[in-house]
Parts: sequence; C-alpha cells; structure tokens
Amino acid sequence: MKADKINRLFESDLNVLNMGLESFSETLSGRGVRSTQIDWTPPAGGKADLIEALDFLETRKEDIEKANAKALEIIQKGKPEIVDIQIAGEVIPGMTAKTVLHAGPPVTWENMCGPMRGAVIGGLIFEGLAADREEAEKMAASGEILFDPCHHHSTVGPMAGIVTASMPVWVLKNSVYGNTAFATLNEGLGKVLRYGAFSDEVIDKLRWMRDELAPILRKALKLHGPVDMKTLIAQVLQMGDEGHNRNRAGTSLFIREMAPHLVMLDEDREKIAKVFNFMHQNDHFFLNLTMPTCKCLIDAARDIENSSLIVTQARNGTEFGIQISGLGSRWFTGPASRVDGLYLPGYTEEDAGLDIGDSTITETVGIGGFAMAAAPAIVKFVGGSPEDAMKFTQDMYEITMGENSVFQIPALDFRGTPTGIDLMKIAQTGIYPVINTGIAHKDPGIGMVGAGLVKPPVNCYEDALKAFKEALK
Amino acid sequence: MIKRIVEKDQYFDSVFLMLINSEIKGLEGVSDAVVSMGTEMNIQLLKDMNFADDAILAATPNDLVVAIECKDEETGEKAVAAVYSLLNKKKEKSSGQIYRPRSLQSAVKEEPEANLVLISLPGEFAAREARSALEKGLNVMLFSDNVSVEQEIALKDLAVGKGLLMMGPDCGTAIINGQPLCFANVVSPGDIGIVGASGTGIQEVTCCIDTFGGGITQAIGTGGRDLKDARIGGKMMLLGIEALKNDPATEILVVISKPPAADVAEKVLTALEKTGKPSVVHFIGQEPEKGRKGLYFASSLEETARIAVDLSKGVSPSSSTFTIPEAELRQIVERESAKLAPSQKYLRGLYTGGTVADEALILFEREGVTVYSNNQKKEELQLPDPFVSKEHTIVDLGDDIYTVGRPHPMIDPSTREDRIKIEADDPSMAVMLLDIVLGYGSHHDPAGAILKSLKEAKAKAEARGGYLPIVASVVGTEQDFQGYGATVAKLESIGCVVMPSNFQASMMSLEIMKKAGSL
Repeated sequence: MKADKINRLFESDLNVLNMGLESFSETLSGRGVRSTQIDWTPPAGGKADLIEALDFLETRKEDIEKANAKALEIIQKGKPEIVDIQIAGEVIPGMTAKTVLHAGPPVTWENMCGPMRGAVIGGLIFEGLAADREEAEKMAASGEILFDPCHHHSTVGPMAGIVTASMPVWVLKNSVYGNTAFATLNEGLGKVLRYGAFSDEVIDKLRWMRDELAPILRKALKLHGPVDMKTLIAQVLQMGDEGHNRNRAGTSLFIREMAPHLVMLDEDREKIAKVFNFMHQNDHFFLNLTMPTCKCLIDAARDIENSSLIVTQARNGTEFGIQISGLGSRWFTGPASRVDGLYLPGYTEEDAGLDIGDSTITETVGIGGFAMAAAPAIVKFVGGSPEDAMKFTQDMYEITMGENSVFQIPALDFRGTPTGIDLMKIAQTGIYPVINTGIAHKDPGIGMVGAGLVKPPVNCYEDALKAFKEALK
Repeated sequence: MIKRIVEKDQYFDSVFLMLINSEIKGLEGVSDAVVSMGTEMNIQLLKDMNFADDAILAATPNDLVVAIECKDEETGEKAVAAVYSLLNKKKEKSSGQIYRPRSLQSAVKEEPEANLVLISLPGEFAAREARSALEKGLNVMLFSDNVSVEQEIALKDLAVGKGLLMMGPDCGTAIINGQPLCFANVVSPGDIGIVGASGTGIQEVTCCIDTFGGGITQAIGTGGRDLKDARIGGKMMLLGIEALKNDPATEILVVISKPPAADVAEKVLTALEKTGKPSVVHFIGQEPEKGRKGLYFASSLEETARIAVDLSKGVSPSSSTFTIPEAELRQIVERESAKLAPSQKYLRGLYTGGTVADEALILFEREGVTVYSNNQKKEELQLPDPFVSKEHTIVDLGDDIYTVGRPHPMIDPSTREDRIKIEADDPSMAVMLLDIVLGYGSHHDPAGAILKSLKEAKAKAEARGGYLPIVASVVGTEQDFQGYGATVAKLESIGCVVMPSNFQASMMSLEIMKKAGSL
C-alpha cells in the first residue's frame, strides 16, 4: 500500500476545489486557504438513463478522446478560401431545376413555418416556376418540388436558407482537405427572401444580384485571387465582431479587400457604385461568408468513427437539429425554441416566429455565440451586459474540445475561442451551447422583428447521446 | 391556496434551499412550503402533498420548484417575493466576482496546483464527480451521503490504487494541514495524527486534545462505513494509517470508529502495531482489548484524547472520570438534584452529534440504565415514535427521520428547539442532556439559538413544583469562531451545568439522577 501522494499533500499548501455547499469554500478562503468554488450543474439534466449512457461512454473514453483529437485537428488545420461565385444549379452537387434547399433539418411543405413558406414561394417565382403566390403554393404542395436541407448539399443558408437553381452562390474550398461549401449572397435587411418576403421588390433584387452583383464581384474576386477566410475572421474577432450576429467589421474588411479590384473592372461606374453601396448598406453581407467558412471547416471533420463532435446545429423554424461526427448523416431533432430577446419598435413576442436558420454553424467552429466575449457591442442587440458576453464564452470552454488556434479573444488575453462542441461534455456538465440569433416574423414577408438568445431543445442532445452509446457498444 | 414557482435551469444546492425553505415556512400566513430542485423524489413529495401542478410535474432536476401553502393571495405574494429576495442574495454574492469554473475539468485547468476536492453534491451525482477527481490525481473528501456501498468500494479501490485520500462518502469532518474541512474545529497543531470513521467523534477527540494541551497533525475522516462494513474492510483507515506512519510530524496515532467487523478490527490493529508509533484505539462501545504491543485502548472519546496527550507529553496514561475537584462535583450534584419533583424520573438526551449521542447511550447502558433511542441497535429499545420520548431517551436529531426538508440540526438549531419545547411539557423528565457542537459548518451561535427554549423548559419545571437540571458539553475550542468560553458563559447564565466533555456530561447526569433517586 502506498500513500506517498497523501504524504505529499501533507507537505503542500492545501488547494481546494469545492463542489456543492459554498460555505465550505468560504470557510477556507476566510482562513487564507486557496479554494475555488465550482459552479456545478447536474450532468445530463440529472436523468438516470442518460447518466447511465454517460457512464458507459466514459469506459470508452480513450477511443472517443482519440477520435475527438483528430476531429479538432481537422478544424484547426482547415483552410477555407473563397474561390469563386457560381450559379447554384451548376455547382452545388445534387441540385436540379426543381430542387429547393432550405435551412435546418429535413421538413415537408406541410410542416414548414410561415417565413420558410414565404421564402419558398419567392424562390419558385424567382425561378419562373410559378407566376404568383397561389401557383407557387400549389406547386410546393404538389410533390413536384424536391425539398432538401442545405446541409445535405455542403450548403448553408441564413434564416429560411432557401437556395434555388439559378441563384448565385459563394464557392469556398478547404485547401487542406479539398472539400467545398456554398452559400447564397446576403440580400441585406428589410424585405428579403430569407425572412420569407416574396414581393416584386424582393424578386427584383434577387434578379439584380444574379445579373449584376454576382458577375461583378466574381470578376473582382478573380483579380484578387482566393480570399483566406480564416485569417479574415481572426481579424474581425479583434475588431468587435463575433461573425454571427455582428458582421460590421467583417463586411468593412471584405469591402477593403475587394475595393482595389472592383475599381479596376471595365464596368459602368454606376454599376460598380451600386455594388459598393449594396455591401456598404448591409452589415450582414459578411455573414454569408462566415457561414460557408464554418461549414467548410467542420465538414472536413464529419464521419469520424467514435467522435462526439457536433458537426451541425441548424433550425428550420419548426425543428432544431444536430448531427454528430461519429453518427454519420443522422439528424437528432427537437422542437424549435422561442427566442428570448429584444424586439424592434412596433413588434412584440406575439409577432415572433420560432428559431430558424443554418447560421448556428458558426458556433460549431468557435465563433458566433461562442465568441461573444470578442463582441461586447452585441449584448445590446441580444439583451444583457458585457459581463454576460464574457460569461457566455467562458461557459462554452466547458463543452468544447479545445481552443481555436487562429480565432482569438483580446479581452481574454488572446485566448483561442472555444472550438469543437463535444456532445459528451454537454452531457457531463449539463451546459448547452449558447446561441444568439435574429428573430423572424412568424408571417411570411415581414422580415426581422428582433434578436436574442435561444436555448436549444435539450432532447436532441439527449437522443444523440443515447444513439452515440448504441453506436459505441 | 398554493403559490407555485418553477424556474427553469436554475440550480441551487439543497442545503441553501433548505435554509430558504425554513425561512419561508416561518412567514406569517404560510402553513407549509417546499423550496427544492425538481428531482424525482421532490416532485413525488409535492405530488403526495397535493402541491404539484403541470408545470411542477414537468420540472427536471435542473429546475427550481417552489410551492407555498398560504392563507391568501397577499401572504402568497409576500412569500414569493421573499423566495426571490433570498435567492437573489446568493446571486448578488456571486456576480461581479471572477469567473467560476462550471466543471471539475475546467477547474483543474485553471487551478493546476489543486490537491483536494470537497464534494457535497446530492448523492446521486456525487460518486461520478469523486471518481473523476480521483482519476485526475486529486484527493477527495466526499461529504455527501446516499452513495451506495458498491460505489464506495469502487471509489476506495481506485483511491488506494493511486495512493490518494478518499474520505467518505458521508465524511463530515477532517483536518488536513491544520485546516478544518466541512464540520471541524480549529485545533492547536501538535504531533497526534487521527484517522476516524466518525465525524463528531473526531470533533470531540480533537477538541479534548486541544483542551488537554495537546495538538494534532492531521485528522483523516474515512466515512462511517469504512470499518463497519466488511466489504469495505477499512480500506481508507488502513491507507490513512499508512500515511500517518510515514508522516514525520506524527508521533502518536489515534484511531476512532464504531465497532468494526471482526477481521477488519484485526487488520487495523495489526497495521497500527506495524507503524512502530504508540497508538490509541477507541472502538466506540466495544470493550478495550489488552496485551497488544504499543496499543492503548480507550473507553470513551475523552479518554482517547487524554491517553494521546499523555503519550505526547511522555507521561504514563492516566485515567479518571471527572476533571473537576471532588468537592465541587459533590456540590453541583447536591444542588442540581435537590429540588426534583417525585414525578421527574427520566433522562432526556437531545443530541445533534451522532457519535456523541451513541457515546452517551453506551455509557448509560454500561451503568445498567435502559435507554430508548432512534440509534438503538436493540430493536425492542428503539423509539416506537421517534418524535415522542419514552422513559429514558436519547435522540440523535441528525438522523434522517428528523431532518426531512431541513438542514442538519448543527446548521439549523430549530429541529432541536422544537424537541426541547415538547420535552419541556413532560413532567417525567428528570435531566436534560445536550451537546453543543461548535466549529466550522455549525450554526454561528448554537447555544444562543436554543437558550430561550431551555430557559422556558426550566421555568415550566419550576411552575410544576420541580426543577430541571440541564447538563451540556461544548464540543469546541477557544479558537472556534463561536468561541468556547462565550458559549459556556451563555449556557451557564441560565443555570446549565457545562462539563468539559460529553463523557463527563453524561456521567454528571447519571450522578444527579442517582442522587435524586430517579435511578
């Protein structure tokens, strides 16, 4: 029997970690003993069957940790670059003339929420497949249209996330792992398709984006050459963006990257000016670049056996869904939550649609809500104090696999952002991913009514944990 | 009417909530209240009380649930406001502070020099956190109970394999490197090392050592089952002995436990002999053995301390019952027994410390007195109703049956206060015997909190034409934040007899009753 570690304790200064009754820690601190109170919450929501699953999985710890180390390395090493702008139907795999991609997990027309239906209607009109709302609704309900999640096609879309065949899309390529990712160009604020608007002005704007904006930006991009998105995002985090709900710095930096090339183009000056103006007036222009960047990074870490990495978090306004690296393309879904937030003047909770969009892809690689500490200004937008923003980020270190090697937070002494959401750690700590998001009006065509924080439905993490246990048995 | 609150994802520890619960129950117009986390057990309780509604039924162990039975809307509103203000006190305290880690894993990252983890979480979660701490190479003190024997064995095997302390489960007291952990007293440093399977046992012995002018190196707790349960087989006791054997500061060893399983006792004694250091053994309630080299067997907690201090001072172990002069003793017995009414026949021991309650029980039985108790091993002497005393009765009010929904009586004196009030109306009570446990973890003024009820009990006895002797001992030292002297003074101010140890308090009670003819 050896007790040398105990004897070493006798010779050391006592340094205590306390879980539970706080007065035990206060007593020691009061006596000058170093003592840290742990702000503990029950694992797996305190549910017996989940704790059992967790206990089993912990016996496979080595395999899981090995797989997760590999997954994290892939995220860290990945290098997504903007390489092109092309037409969706020509570049996105599996896209047909009658395919409509949407945000979140799979959903049928019958179960789609208002904003998503509105966006589908707009998309069909834009494609010339329907002349008006009535025709579009009929067609959508007919079964003729192939609805499929963006995520099934290496694509991500904010809010409703509707992508149709003739829309222009950003093409990003992970130059280390070779995979690609796609996203449409951001349409700006106000009445826009992603919030379910489909009036003539919305369709006209989409046409202008297809016919002028995309070709002009494409030419400028060709002059510039591939844009290293990881470096760009690293910079915007140090300029007060978090890459999900605040993209002001990112949009500005992107304009700065493109400007010297845009002015060199042999195009009408007014057209060039309109492109500049469009980007300038839309703080979220950069969002449609951070999203495919994150998708491009995390997709390379899919399908790693035994890995508990969350590779997708996405919502379709009806359901919230996640996918796990070690569990292939299986979705784990739960009802979409109500967003707890602040409303724009004239709107109230009554007007709010449920949580929607693929933009939660940003949190999977350590930006967005996970990097809120980098963007104290965001708290005004989602409600709360800068202190809250710090706490959100610090909490997320509890459920992630590591710290980002490129994305850093100045206010945390340039600590890397919490990166690689670990299903196991969510279960172990009872802490769930923090998500900040915009709120869409529940009816089609009205647009954004507010923004706030949302709690994901816990059952999808619970179901995923149980399935993960089965897979590792 | 019932007022209900369900706060999603708001975790608070149960002792904190129990303290709020007792405050809310004390509000005017509130007839009952439950402030708790939404665990299965608590929800069942609320269901049984007919307090649950759909929101409460849907709550998870991570949600705070509150149900308050009150006389009208207005008192209900007030009670709800009081709940929030009490909860917020805690939040205010924690906000504006440095960031707190949310899990053991990140705490270790932030505090790589950490060497001990204190765990007082609900039992159903405690074992996995303890395991994770041991796996990270940290010593553990597990205060929580409701951890199964199987889990305890697994944890202790892991700890022994790694050479780490696994104190507990259900370990309430330890002193490591001079620092009192959980329920413990501030005791002078010295050369006596203790391994104990009993919380208040360790407290009583360490305080007596301090009183007798000795001091301690370490007091390692093992949890009550360590020696008693043959399957656990004294794993932590043996490891603790090994550590103290190797500890150059420890010259004398002390081992305290309730009677161990037979072969476990032999293992422990053999291990003590092998240390080559003089050792004092006290298996509470077991007859001392003789003829073991270097081992001294004590028959009470106080004697355990006295022998250890004598050995430490290099004098030969003495034995005596009372430390106060004979004449003074006679005078007290005379005075306290003189005015008892003929109806006053029975002892009432109202204890907050389990082991000191056991000690009193054993001492009285040794003197041939039949005592009823909730701690009685003899089935026929268990209290038919634990809330009602029968003839000679000693109750351990820290027992689960008395603490449902309330903190331990060392923290919340109201449990004992209620019992004192009940006993005060019983004309057959001859002597009231008490323990007052000081130290960290305990109430900030355990004597002051029951003083009024003690005074009333004395007054009632006098009103019936009798007299109530109250005999107490204070487990504590002058360095304890409540102050030994101040506590004794309070008790003496209303005429209590305060003895230097539980052993002497018990013997004093016995003497008074003998003298009064009630025995």
